[in-house]
Amino acid sequence: MTELDADHANQGLRQWLLSEQPASRRQARSGQAYRAWLAFRANRLGMLGLGIVLALVLVAIFAGFIAPYDPLLGGDLRTERLLPPSWDHLMGTDDLARDIFSRVVHGSRVTLLVVGLVAIIATPVGLLVGTTAGYFGGWVDTVLMRVTDIFLAFPRLILALAFVAALGPGIENAIIAIAITSWPPYARLARAETLTIRNAEHIDAIRLQGASSGRIIWGHVVPLCLSSVIIRVTLDMAGIILTAAGLGFLGLGAQPPQPEWGAMIAAGRKFLIDYWWVATMPGLAIFIVSLGFNFLGDGLRDVLDPKAQK
Amino acid sequence: MTDITIQSEGRASALPGWIIKFGKLASTVAVTLFGLLLVTFLIGRVVPVDPVLSVVGDRASPSTYDRVYLELGLDRPLYEQFYLYAKKAVTGDFGESLLTKKPIISDIARAFPATLELATVGIIIGTLLGIPAGVWAAVRQGRLIDQLVRIFGLVGYSAPIFWLGLMGLLLFYAKWGLVAGPGRIDISYEYAFTSKTGLMLLDTAMQGQWAAFRNVVSHIALPGALLGYLSMAYIARMTRSFMLNELAQEYIVTARVKGVAEWRIIWVHALRNAAVPLVTVIALSYAHLLEGSVLTETVFAWPGLGQYLTNSLQNADMNAVLGSTLLIGMVFVGLNILSDLLYTLLDPRVRSRL
Amino acid sequence: MKHVQKFVAVALMCTAAAFAPVKAQAETPADTLIQAWAIDDIISLDPAEVFEFTASELLGNTYQGLIGYDVKDVSKIFGVIAEKWEISEDGKTFTFTIRPGMKFASGNPITAEDAVYTLQRAVKLDKSPAFILTQFGFSADNVDEKIRKTGDMTFEFEMDNNYAPTLVLYCLTATVGFIVDSELVKSHEVDGDFGYNWLKTNYAGSGAFSIREWRANEVVAMDRNDNYSGDPAPMAHAIYRHIPEGATERLLLEKGDIDIARKLTPEDITALSSNPDIAIDKGVKGSIYYLGLNQKNEYLSKPEVRQAIKYLVDYDTIADTIMKGMVVKHQAFLPLGFLGVLEDNPFSLNVEKAKELLAAAGLPDGFSVTMDTRNTADITAMAQAMQQTFAEAGIKLEIIPGDGGQTLTKYRARTHDIYIGRWGPDYQDPHTNADTFARNPDNSDDAKSKPLAWRNAWDIPEMTKKADAAVLEADAAKRAEMYIELQKESQETSPFVIMFQEIEVIARRKNVEGFVVGPSFNDNSFKAVTK
Repeated sequence: MTELDADHANQGLRQWLLSEQPASRRQARSGQAYRAWLAFRANRLGMLGLGIVLALVLVAIFAGFIAPYDPLLGGDLRTERLLPPSWDHLMGTDDLARDIFSRVVHGSRVTLLVVGLVAIIATPVGLLVGTTAGYFGGWVDTVLMRVTDIFLAFPRLILALAFVAALGPGIENAIIAIAITSWPPYARLARAETLTIRNAEHIDAIRLQGASSGRIIWGHVVPLCLSSVIIRVTLDMAGIILTAAGLGFLGLGAQPPQPEWGAMIAAGRKFLIDYWWVATMPGLAIFIVSLGFNFLGDGLRDVLDPKAQK
Repeated sequence: MTDITIQSEGRASALPGWIIKFGKLASTVAVTLFGLLLVTFLIGRVVPVDPVLSVVGDRASPSTYDRVYLELGLDRPLYEQFYLYAKKAVTGDFGESLLTKKPIISDIARAFPATLELATVGIIIGTLLGIPAGVWAAVRQGRLIDQLVRIFGLVGYSAPIFWLGLMGLLLFYAKWGLVAGPGRIDISYEYAFTSKTGLMLLDTAMQGQWAAFRNVVSHIALPGALLGYLSMAYIARMTRSFMLNELAQEYIVTARVKGVAEWRIIWVHALRNAAVPLVTVIALSYAHLLEGSVLTETVFAWPGLGQYLTNSLQNADMNAVLGSTLLIGMVFVGLNILSDLLYTLLDPRVRSRL
Repeated sequence: MKHVQKFVAVALMCTAAAFAPVKAQAETPADTLIQAWAIDDIISLDPAEVFEFTASELLGNTYQGLIGYDVKDVSKIFGVIAEKWEISEDGKTFTFTIRPGMKFASGNPITAEDAVYTLQRAVKLDKSPAFILTQFGFSADNVDEKIRKTGDMTFEFEMDNNYAPTLVLYCLTATVGFIVDSELVKSHEVDGDFGYNWLKTNYAGSGAFSIREWRANEVVAMDRNDNYSGDPAPMAHAIYRHIPEGATERLLLEKGDIDIARKLTPEDITALSSNPDIAIDKGVKGSIYYLGLNQKNEYLSKPEVRQAIKYLVDYDTIADTIMKGMVVKHQAFLPLGFLGVLEDNPFSLNVEKAKELLAAAGLPDGFSVTMDTRNTADITAMAQAMQQTFAEAGIKLEIIPGDGGQTLTKYRARTHDIYIGRWGPDYQDPHTNADTFARNPDNSDDAKSKPLAWRNAWDIPEMTKKADAAVLEADAAKRAEMYIELQKESQETSPFVIMFQEIEVIARRKNVEGFVVGPSFNDNSFKAVTK
C-alpha cells in the first residue's frame, strides 16, 4: 500500500486529477480514472481481490525463486512420497515425491497463461464480431448474431469439452476451446455499445470525411466499446479459471507432468482418504485465485456500472 | 457463471412482432441445431483417433479392419458422409454407442432422468435458500447480512465444484458418515422397486419403498446440495437486485405511506413483482445445472448424462458425444425459450401489450 | 425482519433434513455376491466379440469352452464341453467328442451342432478376437468345410498346418471358443447376422451363472444357472457394480456395502491390509508392461542405446512404490506361468553402465526423445518416474500424453519415439506373445499385419523364422527351449524394455471365500464363492 501513500503525498497531482475544469482531454480521462480508483479503493472486497490477483501475478513471475523444489522432478520415491505438510514441504508431497507447494506455485503460471491467452484471443474476436455487426446492421448483423446465438445456446463447459475432444487434450487446445466459447457475450456487448454510438455525430463526421468502414470500426468504434468489454472479461476471469481447471480435472486440459491445478486435483483424487493434502492444496489455490478475480470483478462492477450500484 | 440475456428488444412490439419473434425463435433453433450437427460432425472427423480402431480394437486382423472401414462409410467423400449423418440425426438416429453397443437415443433416455432428478433437487434447494437470502440482503442493503450473502455467493462462484464435491465426500461420507457415498442408490436397494419414471425419488415414494427412498435421499443429498449452492449463489444475487429495483418503486413508497405492514410490502408487493424476472432466472439456472452436472456426476459416480458425456469423450465415442451434446443443447435452448415465454405470460406489463 | 430470519431458518432446516444421517445397511444380501469393479471396458457380451478384461471374466463364469486348464498349473489341459479329442496322423485334424448329458441355461442340450455353429460363427462374424481361430487357416469361405459335424456328438477341426497341439488347445480355451446355444441364437438371427445384434447384449451359454442384465457403466447382474453341469454355485445372484474409483471401492468395502473390491490402488491395499474384516488375495496375471523403442528413431536404433535404456529404468523402486503390489519385476516377453518362460531379470537401474553404453554409441551427452503415454494414472506415474532416471544419464524424456485411442493410433502408425504400453496375452500358449514380440514377417510401412515388432520397425527375418518353427514343434520340452532362446535374444537385442508383469489384487470381506484369481481374466472364478 506504499504506492497509495505516495499518491497522498503528491497533493499537486491529486488536485490536478480531481480538477473540476480539466484543461485537456488527457486530464479529464485521468481524472475520471482516478475518481473510479478512489471509489474502488473504498470497496474492501474489491481491494482484497486486487491483492490476490496481484499476488498471483507476482508468484507467477517469481515462481522460480519462490518454489523451493523442482515442480516436475520428484525426490526419492522410497522415502519422500506422499509426505504430509511440514516445514520442509509446506503442502506435503505427491505420489511422485514432488513438492506440492512448488507445483502449486508453478501452477500459477499455467493459470495466468490460460487467463491471459483466453482474454487475448477472445476479446478481439468478440469486439470485432460485435462492432462489425452493430456498425453495418442488416444482413451482416443477422448472420453474425445468429452465429453468436448458436454459441450462446450451449453451456460453455460442454462446448469446450466437445472442442477439446476434436483438438485433442492439452493446455493449448484447452485455451483455444475456452476462447472459442468465451467470445459470444463480448460480441453481444460490443454490438449493443456500437448501436448506441453508430450514429453519434463524431462518427458521422468521420464518415463524411471519407474514412473507410474498417478504419472507423477499428479506430473509433472499438476504442469506445473497449472499456465495457474489458470489464466484462475481468468478470469472466474466474469462470475461465474454473473451466480450465474443470477440463484439467477431466484429463482434457493440461497434461501431466505439467503442474496444472485441476489436473493435480484429479491426480490426488485417488489418494483423497489417506493423503488428503494432495487434492486439497491445488483446490484451495484455484478457489483463492478465482475468489480473488470474483472480488475484483464485483468491485469493478460496483464502481463502473452505475446500474448495479443501487 | 451464467450469462442471462433477457431479450428486451422483441418485447416492445405488438402482436405481429410476437409472431415475428416466434419465427425468429424457430429459425434460431433450426440454425443452432444445424450448426451443432456440422460442428460435431467435423469434430468427429478431426479427432486424432482412428475410428475403425475404436470399433475393432487393437488385435483385429487386417481383413476385419478393412471391412469395418467400409462399413463406417469412411471411403466416401466428406459431404456425403455429412449428409448421411445429418439425415440420420434428424430422425433421432445418432447411431450406436461404441461403448454400450446400444442406440445412443436409448442410452440417453436412461441417463437423462438421473441428471434431471439431480438438477431438480439442486434447483429446489437453490430456490428455497436463494430467494429468502436475496430478499433479506436487499432489505438490509449494505448491512452485514448483505455483505455475508454477497460473500457467500461469490464463494459459490469461485470454488471448483468438483473439488467441493471431493471435499464433501471426504468429510460427510468418509469421515463422518452423514451421507451415502457415490452412486444413486445402494446395490441392496437397487432391485427393491421397479423403475417407472427413472426418477428414483418418485419411484420409491410411489411404491412405498421407504427404506429405499431414504437411501436415495442420502445419496442425492450431497450432490444435490452442491448444485443447490451453485444455483443459490446466482438466484440470491439476482433476487437481491430485482428486489432493490422494486423497493425503490413508487408503489412501495405509496404502500408505506398508506401504512401497509412492512412484511406485506416485502413479501407480497415487492416480491410478487420481482417474481416475474426471477422465473427467468430460475429457469436459466436450471439449464446451467445441466452444465454443473458434468463435473458433479464425475465426482459422485452419478449415472447421468454428464457422466455419459465425459465417458464417451474419453473413449472417443463420437456418436454418443454428438447425441448428448445435442440433447443438452436442446434442453438449454428449450429452457431459454420457456423462460422467455413465461416472462411474457407472467408480466402484466408485457402481457398488456400483446 | 424476524419473518425473513424465520423463513431462512425453515429453509435451512429443510436442507439439514436432507443431510440427516441415514443408517447405511452394513451388510449385503446373503445370497448375492456384490463386486465393485471398473466395467466400462465391456462393449459386448457376445463370445465372438468379447476381448476385454471384464467381459472375459464375465464370460468365464457364464459360458463354457470345449477345453479348460488347471488355473494353478496351466500345462494341465482337460476337456470341458469336449469329452475327448483325437489328432490325425498328419497333425492337421482334431476330432472332438462332446460330453453327453450337458445342457445350456435355456435347457437345450449341448451337441456337436452347437460347437460347430459357435466356431463357424466366430470366423464368419470376423470380430476382433476372430484371429485366434483364423490363424489356423480358416476363413469365411472355407470354414464350413474345415470345421464340420461328423455325428450328433462329434466334429472335426481341420487346419492348414500341423500346429503344436498345445497351441490349438489353448486357443480353444479363449473366450472366442466359448460355446453358444445355437438353437437360441438362431432364433434371434436377423438378416444373416448370426444373432450378433441380439447376443451382444444377451446371453446364450451354459456356465455356472447366467447373465440377467448388463447396463453399460453401471451394473452387470447374474443369476445362478440351475442347468449347470458342474456343482451349482452357492450364490443365487452375482453382481458387478461399476465403481472406477479405488478410494470409493475401499470405503464401500469397509462399510460392508460390497463383498469384493477389484480396482484398488496400492495405497488402498496398504490401508486395507490392516483391517481385520478384510482379506486380500493376489494372483499373477499375464499382462506385461513394456517400452517400445521405435527403430525409425536415429538414436533408438543404435543397439547400445537400446541396452542403455534397459539399465535406466528403476524397476525395483517403481515396483515397490508407485506400483506396489500391482506388478512384479519381469523382463522376458513371456509372462510367468507360460510354457518356456525365462525367469532371469538381468537389468536393474545402473546409470554408470548406461552412460558407458551411451558413450559407446557415440552419445556421451545423451539426447532428447519423446514418449507417448496413455493418460491413465499408473502409466503416467511410471513414465514420470522414468523421466527422472533417464535424465541422470542425460536422456531428456518428454512425455506426450494422450488417451488410449490417440496413443495407440500413433503407435500403429509408427510415428512415436518411445511407447509405454501394456500387453496381455490372448491365450495361454507362448505363441501369443512370441507372435507379436518376436515376429515381423513384413517390415514395410504398408504391411497388413502390425505386430509389436512391426510397430517399432524392428526388422527381424531370422527371429521370425525361429518363432515360426516353434509354433510347429510338437514336443513341449523342445518347444520350451526354443522360446527361452528367443527371449534371451530379445533381452540382448530387442527394442522392448520389458519391465513388469501385472499382479491382480482383490480385497474381500473376510467371510467371502472361494474366489479364484486365475492367470487370465476368464479364469477368475466366483462360481464357488460362499459367504
